Amino acid sequence: MTELALKGTPVDRARLLRLLQDYGVYAGVAVLLLVNIALTPHFLSTENFRTQAVQVAPVLIVALGMALAIGSEGVDLSVGSVMALSTSLLSLYLGYGPWVALIVAMIGGAVIGLANGSLIAFIGVQPIVATLALMVAGRGIALVLLPQLKDVRDPGMSSLGSGDVFGIPYLVLIAAALALLVGFIVKRTTFGRQLLAIGDSRPAAQLAGLPVRRVLILVYVIAGVLAAIAGVLATARLQASDPTSLGTLMELSAITAVVVGGTPLSGGRIRIGGTVAGAVLIQLLTATLIKHDLPPSWTQIAQAVVIVLAVYAARERGKR
Amino acid sequence: MTHTHTERPARATGDGPSPGKDTPDEAPLGASRADHLSALAQQHGALVTLLLVAIGASIGFDTFLTGDNLENMAVSSAFLAIVALGMTFVIITGGIDLSVGSLFALGGVLGAWGSQYGTLVALLLPLAVCGLIGLVNGLLIAKARLAPFIVTLAAMLAARGILLAITDEGSNTYLVDEKSFFASLGQEKLLGVGVPVWITVALFVAGAVMLRRSRFGQYVYAVGGNEDAAALMGAPVARTKIAVYTLSGLCAGLAGALNAAWLVSGVTILGTGMELEAIAAVVIGGTLLTGGFGFISGSLVGVLLLKVIQNVINQIGSLDSAYQQVVSGAFLAVVVIAQTWLGRRRRMM
Repeated sequence: MTELALKGTPVDRARLLRLLQDYGVYAGVAVLLLVNIALTPHFLSTENFRTQAVQVAPVLIVALGMALAIGSEGVDLSVGSVMALSTSLLSLYLGYGPWVALIVAMIGGAVIGLANGSLIAFIGVQPIVATLALMVAGRGIALVLLPQLKDVRDPGMSSLGSGDVFGIPYLVLIAAALALLVGFIVKRTTFGRQLLAIGDSRPAAQLAGLPVRRVLILVYVIAGVLAAIAGVLATARLQASDPTSLGTLMELSAITAVVVGGTPLSGGRIRIGGTVAGAVLIQLLTATLIKHDLPPSWTQIAQAVVIVLAVYAARERGKR
Repeated sequence: MTHTHTERPARATGDGPSPGKDTPDEAPLGASRADHLSALAQQHGALVTLLLVAIGASIGFDTFLTGDNLENMAVSSAFLAIVALGMTFVIITGGIDLSVGSLFALGGVLGAWGSQYGTLVALLLPLAVCGLIGLVNGLLIAKARLAPFIVTLAAMLAARGILLAITDEGSNTYLVDEKSFFASLGQEKLLGVGVPVWITVALFVAGAVMLRRSRFGQYVYAVGGNEDAAALMGAPVARTKIAVYTLSGLCAGLAGALNAAWLVSGVTILGTGMELEAIAAVVIGGTLLTGGFGFISGSLVGVLLLKVIQNVINQIGSLDSAYQQVVSGAFLAVVVIAQTWLGRRRRMM
């Protein structure tokens, strides 16, 4: 009797809400999977899973860097432009071999990240403004380097884009490895702990003597390098460098994946597993709507609703 | 520089003087000359830069100071300026509105579609729909206390989705009858200057008066300066926030409709990246993204500066438009660095 009476107490409901916040995104993915298995023809095919996974890989890699930035109570709007820059650099340096091109592209991402981080850490510019400036400038630089679409004909790149190991595409393996790596950095390294402390309260971290500037710069450099890797992988998959359109609105998808995955915008907390699930959720949602012949406009509206619901669910914790 | 006197920026804090009040001087007692200069530079740096760039351009290019070129720049600036006007209010409250680009495009398509039923519909329909979306933004931000960044991001996606839905996934373009009164709102000239420019000037005067002289304007500064203090003072924080996001939606919708009248069609692909241009203009104009400080005329200067730079780059011709983005981005970075640096100086005194 008493047990029953306790069921509806506020504590219980708070716990339920907490559970929903922490695991809601996984439940969402599960529900979408079940709905698709039940309703979508040919959903349960290897080919389909492969397509979906390959499409989600670049978004996920960008989202991993975004999760670090958001965890430090920042944001990185320049990631889409970094993807464009990396695809331009890749095309320009492919003549020297794929590895050289890859490294140059990653250095390009690191330089943009360094600029972001320096503006934020040394000058004290708000992350949204600093990365906005680099977003505008970054795509400009990408277009100066490579003014229009160019086919990428390179055996190394095409095998990276479409090859696989035991049926698992390279793209997916790389994304998974990077997710594990970033997860490890967040959970197990000093850098990860310092990053979360800074996101929790930058003044407190400063008073505690943490190397705030170094950590912040490193966060944006990592975000830049990850975005560059995503740009390279997307180029390898599409077999073309298109700095005009590659990565446009990518910052929004990445932020959505991170936020839907339960990482609060207020910083101090990062959920890498949730970010992976968030990226998958958005991809599944889009795929579901398209498979059922709903026009792209609905996908955008649905995505907007999901964002608002996710943030609304996470709101109580943010205020705490 | 007459607007120096009509529109003096003010920082509102809980214990400070009320922003609308005519304080004799911006700088507090005992401030050194250098501090005063840095304050001036922060407020009017954009204007000085604009004048320098314009003088340089008129020396460098014979085509810059021609009536046609100036008129063209003015009309194309008008639409961004109206969007930036609403954005200024939002940013002064410490918020941000990322949905304006989509609302601009939505307003244009609704305006073009509505023009077949007369000018009134062509104007009221975009205002109603975009104002409503702005209102929803404001409600979610003020009442549900969600981050403005995320709410308006969602609205940006949703508005673009609605736009695609009503245009058969972007394949339908609605045309405006070139002889209609609505089209003349975009195309006619008054005293040699395009009607959109006059409308923009009128809106900016109204906006400046609202911000500097009305109670609502005081609340806008108070909310951005210190929300808790504003609430303690009895300012209607939630209502003010709802109002500024609604206002921003209305501005974006109106700008879109006027743009459709100018182009005599509702173009679905317009407005991408416009939110960033508008934010850049507002920030370059001296309004702080942290809220509580800013002024309308600065945003107008910011828009003009962006447009003049674009114009100069177009005139150079051999430079392609990619450089335009590099220059704009670098320019924004420089302005923000200068602002942050000067702002820190001021806070330290």
